[in-house]
Amino acid sequence: MLAIVAEGLRKTYGTKKALDGLNMTVPSGTVHAVLGPNGAGKTTFVRTLATLLRVEEGRARVAGIDVAERPAEVRRRIGLLGQSAAVDEDLSGRQNLELFGRLYHLGARRAAARAAELLERFGLSDTGRKPVQAYSGGMRRRLDLAASLIIEPQILFLDEPTTGLDPRGRTEVWNAVRSLVGGGTTVLLTTQYLEEADQLADRISVIDHGRVIADGTADELKGKVGGDRIDVVVHEAGLLPAAAAVLAAVPGAGAVELDEDRRSISAPVADRMDALNHLVRALHEAGIEAEDLAVRRPTLDEVFMQLTGEHR
Amino acid sequence: MSPRWWLADSWTMTRRELARWARHPWGAVISLAFPVMMLVMFAFFIGGGMQVAGGGDYKEFLVPGMLVLTMAFGLEGTMTAIAQDLGKGVIDRFRSMPMAPSAVLVGRGVADMLESIVSLAIMIGAGLAIGWRWHGSPASAFAAIGLLLLLRFAMLWCGIWLGLIVGRPDLVMAVQILVWPVAFSSSAFASPETMPGWLGTVADWNPMTATATAVRDLFGNPGVAGTSWAAEHAHLLAVLWPLVLLAIAFPMAAARFRGLSR
Repeated sequence: MLAIVAEGLRKTYGTKKALDGLNMTVPSGTVHAVLGPNGAGKTTFVRTLATLLRVEEGRARVAGIDVAERPAEVRRRIGLLGQSAAVDEDLSGRQNLELFGRLYHLGARRAAARAAELLERFGLSDTGRKPVQAYSGGMRRRLDLAASLIIEPQILFLDEPTTGLDPRGRTEVWNAVRSLVGGGTTVLLTTQYLEEADQLADRISVIDHGRVIADGTADELKGKVGGDRIDVVVHEAGLLPAAAAVLAAVPGAGAVELDEDRRSISAPVADRMDALNHLVRALHEAGIEAEDLAVRRPTLDEVFMQLTGEHR
Repeated sequence: MSPRWWLADSWTMTRRELARWARHPWGAVISLAFPVMMLVMFAFFIGGGMQVAGGGDYKEFLVPGMLVLTMAFGLEGTMTAIAQDLGKGVIDRFRSMPMAPSAVLVGRGVADMLESIVSLAIMIGAGLAIGWRWHGSPASAFAAIGLLLLLRFAMLWCGIWLGLIVGRPDLVMAVQILVWPVAFSSSAFASPETMPGWLGTVADWNPMTATATAVRDLFGNPGVAGTSWAAEHAHLLAVLWPLVLLAIAFPMAAARFRGLSR
């Protein structure tokens, strides 16, 4: 059963192609991440699926229903978390959720019960009459998420759910999203962070200029883009060639990149722990002291470098 | 969408605004007190030096002008609220829900008209307190209030239209500043005859002047003795102007709202 099917979606704003023949299928009950830089068409795609934008060319079906032909029926089955927290700042969390519940035609009593249930579930029960204005970024986002879950949607759209949040807020939202999975909800989320896609999604589609340029599971994608990377910073630029030779000799290491300004070298590695282990020993034996040493996920820029051969 | 749900959704959206007032009573008090403060300032600080063209008490001239100004300035509140909801994505959320989309605008309209009725009642009370009176029949007084609310209704749709165009709360300020010269180039505070040539003509044809003159006439207040065509047909213009504004702003606002999906 497919929750989302997009076939050849096109949308232009003036001369800019926001969507350029975008195809995607998402099976029910999975989490699918759409990864791409600013302006890649992520938001346009989500807004099209959520019936906020008219389909210009191509077809989109959500929960098996054509979004252009029967938008009202699609709306009964989806939840949307937009880029900014779409809640009323002057009202309390409970008032917001009750308002949305009534607009979903739950009736006053069920709307109140559902609001209480969601506040409890997202750890907001003790916010009382406090207006949303006084919430932290993470709390606001959790309330926003709760508001998009009032009808237990079959499909939930999350448009850059953690952009602008501090690390703590990000963890809060990640935990909230994880708690949804298993309930059978299909989640489509957009993000600029490979780490976020890796953490949350079953499958990832990388999009650029309004079309999918790569997709697969996080592991498949990491295979394509070289997986984790190791960075080494040395005391002086003169040590870089020697350090680069050491890093290149580490089993499973890919092409080493040098950055003289930052006195650093960087390379993709196959097995992060194994590579780190080798590297530390080899640097020690070569008498090179590392000022800094880090294992990290590739940045979006590096992913694009690998996939398209060009910097964004 | 059945009419029943359309009504229910519109009422829910209206209640959202009422809940806001309940949460921020001081905000509501300040916005209601602002025109009262203006009235007092103009009546007592400036009014002593003002002469009404054709004779009469300045306070009697001023109060209908202030009532018109209060209605016209309602545009700002409507525009700000719409721009805020749009800018923060609240309108997007409503549009992604299985509710009647038009309820977003209808709820805003009902709430703003209710606020204007309250504001009008307070201003009439303040006018009575500083010595203004109506001298005509109760029917004329109601007709005057009807004209005032008609102007507010036209301003409501202008505000919705502008709010949808502006779309960002930070741009609202620019429009707010422009409201002032438009308001002052009317007969709200002084008769257009006392203004320099072309400005007097602009003020003569200002929709606010038409409503102010008609309302003064219906209340039996002074300052309706203008001799221009516009001044002599103030009643007609006080009905026509808001209808013309509505005929432009309503379809434009509706098109803009539908165009959000473009």
